[in-house]
Amino acid sequence: MTIAVIDYGMGNLHSVAKALEHVTHENVIITRDPRCIRGATRLVLPGQGAIRDCMGELERTDLRGLVQELLARQDKPLLGICVGQQMLLDRSEENGGIDCLGFLAGNVKRFPADMRDDHGHRLKVPHMGWNLAHQHHAHPLWNGIDQDEHFYFVHSYYVAAADDATVFGSTDYGRVTAHVAIGRDATFAVQFHPEKSSRAGLRLLENFVNWAP
Amino acid sequence: MGLAKRIIPCLDVDAGRVVKGVNFIGIRDAGDPVEIAQRYNQQGADEITFLDITASHEDRDTTVEMVERIAGEVFIPLTVGGGIRSCDDIRTMLNAGADKVSINTAAVTNPDFVHEAAERFGSQCIVVAIDAKKVSAEGEPDRWEIFTHGGRRPTGLDAVEWAKKMVDYGAGELLLTSMDRDGTKVGFDLGVTLAISEAVTVPVIASGGVGNLDHLVEGVTKGGADAVLAASIFHFGEYTIPEAKRYMAERGIEMRL
Repeated sequence: MTIAVIDYGMGNLHSVAKALEHVTHENVIITRDPRCIRGATRLVLPGQGAIRDCMGELERTDLRGLVQELLARQDKPLLGICVGQQMLLDRSEENGGIDCLGFLAGNVKRFPADMRDDHGHRLKVPHMGWNLAHQHHAHPLWNGIDQDEHFYFVHSYYVAAADDATVFGSTDYGRVTAHVAIGRDATFAVQFHPEKSSRAGLRLLENFVNWAP
Repeated sequence: MGLAKRIIPCLDVDAGRVVKGVNFIGIRDAGDPVEIAQRYNQQGADEITFLDITASHEDRDTTVEMVERIAGEVFIPLTVGGGIRSCDDIRTMLNAGADKVSINTAAVTNPDFVHEAAERFGSQCIVVAIDAKKVSAEGEPDRWEIFTHGGRRPTGLDAVEWAKKMVDYGAGELLLTSMDRDGTKVGFDLGVTLAISEAVTVPVIASGGVGNLDHLVEGVTKGGADAVLAASIFHFGEYTIPEAKRYMAERGIEMRL
């Protein structure tokens, strides 16, 4: 039993690996070796930084084809985190428009810059800090997590999925409703960072480790 | 209901130990960073910031070990500041489990470092610490300047312009300390906090001068801060984080309770 955190060269994977190790005795590896990724029982697709760089590195490390193949097969659970969520959509408007993996229908959009809060202060982009995840549908990964629980976010672009059946949670920021938990079959993906979201985040990771779709 | 304002306790670290005592009832060892971080996490701290004041280079390794130990036990964002001068320093801290690093003096001496760091690691983990002091005289329009070396050395840089420049260079967040307020307990400099908060798109953490819970409230409602950082009011048990959060929430501020 091995959980592989896919390392295609983008961002800090130590936090997510440490959080997984905290909730499971299964072997957690950070890898870009296709054999290890194929051999793993579960996959985590993380992502930080600009989507052009994330998609570019996935391409450069020859992992894009493999990830797409595994997404098509859906024979092992996969958890996408942050840009790892955004990459599952058709297209992102970041970096002038970038085609993504197209696993779920919808797009990735930028938060408007002109939003203000109740005190009249500007709403910052990135959307950084703790915000509420509103659960749309029941899902095994929500088990034991309260409705409208706080999770930790850092992102400037957000997911707008086209099919409501794929949306498991959303978060309001200004006038935007971001689809922060999406999925289908054996794939679930979140915009927030479960590895930094204290108890609720650890519970979601534990649910992922125990998930048998 | 929406994005919560954050409360961030700040701990000074010397060679992997928390210094300037932190008073939790029942704590075994007042200097143990893991235990202290866990207590703040249990209390509902939204993030934790460590300021590394270790003087010697060799002792910094113990700070790295400390970050590793905390990151394996405490799952909220961790920021490490103090002595971050190169991309190697940043990589070391991120690999140890820090989520963000705070760049201070190195940003002033070499602004391109901020740019390089943001390109390499992503803006989300680059905090630029801005130490500002009011330099305008009574009756003049407000003006704040950047100071280094603990507020002793003026740089001639205008604080608001500098903040904008740092965001252009890739800072993902600004940690603003009003040096003339630090340690005074008379409250944040709300003027510079609001001026910078309105001038930039990224979140601003207000720091310096907190003496009571009203100061935290004002930082958000009048200063426009996205987060408030405080050390002594929490460490010495004057207020707990849950008390501070409830107090702020009762005054209409969105908090994670």
